[in-house]
Amino acid sequence: MSRYQITDDDLKHAAQFRADPLGIPGPGLQRVLNLLRGGPKSGKYVLIVKEPFRRWVLGRLPAERGQPVEVMEHIEFTDLADAEWTVFKLRWKAHTGQDLEEEFDK
Amino acid sequence: MTRLLGYADRVSAAPGDSIKVMVSSEGLDQYDAKMIRVIHGDINPAGPGYREETVDLDLGGPFTGRYQPINAGSYAVVENAPPNDARSSLGMQAIVWPTLPGQGTQTILTRENPDSGAGYRIFLDQTGAFACELTLGGDTVESVSTEVPLVAERWYLVSASFDVTEETLTICQHLLKPSPSLIEPCRVLHRFSVPSALVEFDGPIMIAARPGVARPAIEHFNGRIEAPKILTRPVLADEMENPAGTGHEQLFAAWDFSMEIPSDQIIDTSGNQLHGRLVNLPTRAVAGCAWNGDEHCWTNLPQHYAAIHFHDDDLYDCCWETDFEIILPEDIASGVFAVYLSSGSEEYYIPFAVRAPRGTATAPVAFVLPTASYMAYANTRLGIDIPETEIVAGRLLQLNPVDLFMQTHPEIGLCFYDLHNDGSGVYYTSRLRPIVNMQPKQIGHLGGVGSNVWQFNADTHILGWLEQMHQPFDVITDEDLQTEGVSVLERYQVVITGTHPEYYSIEMLDSLQEYLDDGGRLMYLGGNGFYWRVSYHPTLPGVIECRKSEDGIRAFAPLPGEFYASFTGEYTGLWRRNARAPNQLAGIGMVSQGFDHSSSYVMREGSHDPRAAFIFQGVEGPEFGDFGLSGGGAAGLELDATDHSLGTPPHTLVLASSERHTDLYLLTPEDMDDPAPGLGGTEAEIIRAEMVFFETPGGGAVFSTGSIAWCGSLSHANYDNDVARITTNVLQRFVDELPFCKLPQHSNEVDRTG
Repeated sequence: MSRYQITDDDLKHAAQFRADPLGIPGPGLQRVLNLLRGGPKSGKYVLIVKEPFRRWVLGRLPAERGQPVEVMEHIEFTDLADAEWTVFKLRWKAHTGQDLEEEFDK
Repeated sequence: MTRLLGYADRVSAAPGDSIKVMVSSEGLDQYDAKMIRVIHGDINPAGPGYREETVDLDLGGPFTGRYQPINAGSYAVVENAPPNDARSSLGMQAIVWPTLPGQGTQTILTRENPDSGAGYRIFLDQTGAFACELTLGGDTVESVSTEVPLVAERWYLVSASFDVTEETLTICQHLLKPSPSLIEPCRVLHRFSVPSALVEFDGPIMIAARPGVARPAIEHFNGRIEAPKILTRPVLADEMENPAGTGHEQLFAAWDFSMEIPSDQIIDTSGNQLHGRLVNLPTRAVAGCAWNGDEHCWTNLPQHYAAIHFHDDDLYDCCWETDFEIILPEDIASGVFAVYLSSGSEEYYIPFAVRAPRGTATAPVAFVLPTASYMAYANTRLGIDIPETEIVAGRLLQLNPVDLFMQTHPEIGLCFYDLHNDGSGVYYTSRLRPIVNMQPKQIGHLGGVGSNVWQFNADTHILGWLEQMHQPFDVITDEDLQTEGVSVLERYQVVITGTHPEYYSIEMLDSLQEYLDDGGRLMYLGGNGFYWRVSYHPTLPGVIECRKSEDGIRAFAPLPGEFYASFTGEYTGLWRRNARAPNQLAGIGMVSQGFDHSSSYVMREGSHDPRAAFIFQGVEGPEFGDFGLSGGGAAGLELDATDHSLGTPPHTLVLASSERHTDLYLLTPEDMDDPAPGLGGTEAEIIRAEMVFFETPGGGAVFSTGSIAWCGSLSHANYDNDVARITTNVLQRFVDELPFCKLPQHSNEVDRTG
């Protein structure tokens, strides 16, 4: 196991990401993102372009070549920042069990 | 959906030439076709937008839609072999190194008559065990398996022996480098009643696949095969465990894959002249079972390279039938064009260059379309196969329709950034297939925040700028450089590169260097150029090879002993490992990459030198380029900088350099002999783009920007910006025939007075 794991000390970095999901991260947030954006191919969140530069839906990569990408038509975005924050929360919860929705959106 | 696909037989053509267009469609009754000139392929609404121009040329149509399959997978086939029969018994043998045993039936050697069904074959069965099947006519089908799966990536001698007198079928798999934990040898004897009326075996002989019904070949072998042979006698017991194989008695065919390695031919050494051809370019010049590290260059010891690595996803030429042919008008102007196919909401572009009439130039400027680099990235699966792409891009990956298509249609073939299904690296890439990511309007994965365009579509930023300036220019391609050399350049006052001309052959590099030596002017408007050495096939069109030896930023490392190109015998890899670092040609070479946010430039001391005064006319500085479609800045994606130890000319002026990159920018591995913390973009000073200028001895000059993102900034504020101003200043001076001054002299004298 790597020495670094996400803890409550990283909530301030999550707050930074929420404030500007498309900005240039500081070193602390970059470390969080390296972890959240890592992991295997199978099940990895991606955006499926519906209209270039305008509209996307969430998707997940399959494990093997030839298998279709899972397309979640019901999770649609018209703003990339919203998409980044949505996936950030999903991954944060998967890593920590903690629901950032409750932490930040209450 | 991507239901309309196509490709052309050539990527460069001159007025009067013909271009064959091959098309496949799924579920479309018909489609239309027209020819367009590509002006600006980037559809980002933050930029000038998409621009094309229809060419007044009737291509025919509407055309009837039809499906044309892509039959990926390599194999060897020997046509027209004389019949052999079982009356004198039969032996088969080969040395194999399987890579995916247990993943489907995989053929080693077969001869089957598709009509009668009679035949023989040796293969790995569904479990990965060696097996043999004899079909002797009628209902007599004899199958036998060792029922012991082969272990992946180990060398085995496999033998099958049919003794008509003894009425036995014996098979053996023998591990050539024994391991205590593996059961070896594994031999199985099968007895059966041989029918009195034996059929003749005819039909093609195939290696690494067997004939199919719906497609020409099925049940492909993944892995290496060496020294396959067929005997007209049983294989003797001691021969089944002898790596030297059988003797020469009663050989029907014995193929030596160490012969004619650069070709697509396999040579029969039995004396029966049963030579064959390879389909879909399996990998040659790979280490065989004899390779022991004594020799790394296959041309010096081909016997150690007597294997061929077959893959079920190899693809060279789709071999589609031609749907229509274009005859280019004699008066068509040079440019980047495309055949545009459309049917309802479906559309597909097949780009190609129209060059000036042969032997002429119709403009002072030549834009070299980097088609070798387009092939290197052809149908790259970076967005769908490589999970790290999101980290290096710094944002969620966006999958476009072509990505979704590639995911479900892997048969469309691979490129230098991909791995084969068996995990081995891809050494060859071809353009005789649809290249779905080489189209205008395409969005990539590595192009930075903003437009996110890469290679072909990123290069349309240059086309749009030239169009905006009303600058006449001709287009030539890498393939023209390859086949015709400096003669296609020497008529031009200025040569402009693409944004990322990464892959160069020796012929291309020599052409460009000779052009410069003769007084030519080079505008290198990109980053990470002239990086990898590639080899064009000596006879087969439209295919290149690259083995990324030693180091460099690469998707995989070639296996030991496989650093020399099979096509030419060249030592491939980085040009800096081949005494031709890009710094010698362009003054700068690759130092870093990152694919999120680009940065700006700051003018440096060299910008104040009178030699460079023409470059910065109208530019206030000191900072410029904090805008653009490729990452939001002019300095980004892949960065080049000077290095005098690698050949940057001493008199090179560093005009400007970038700073404040993000930590997704990392140092190139070839510059990182001793990894230490602090090598990211926020800390390491070495991570920067350097814009340089220097004069050449023949009165020419070189201007290099050091950044892939540079051209994404050209269109900012309707092309009224410092990046466009600098680029235009350079172009206007370079077009001027006035020779550049003699080189500044660097004295070797040392003043010891005082």
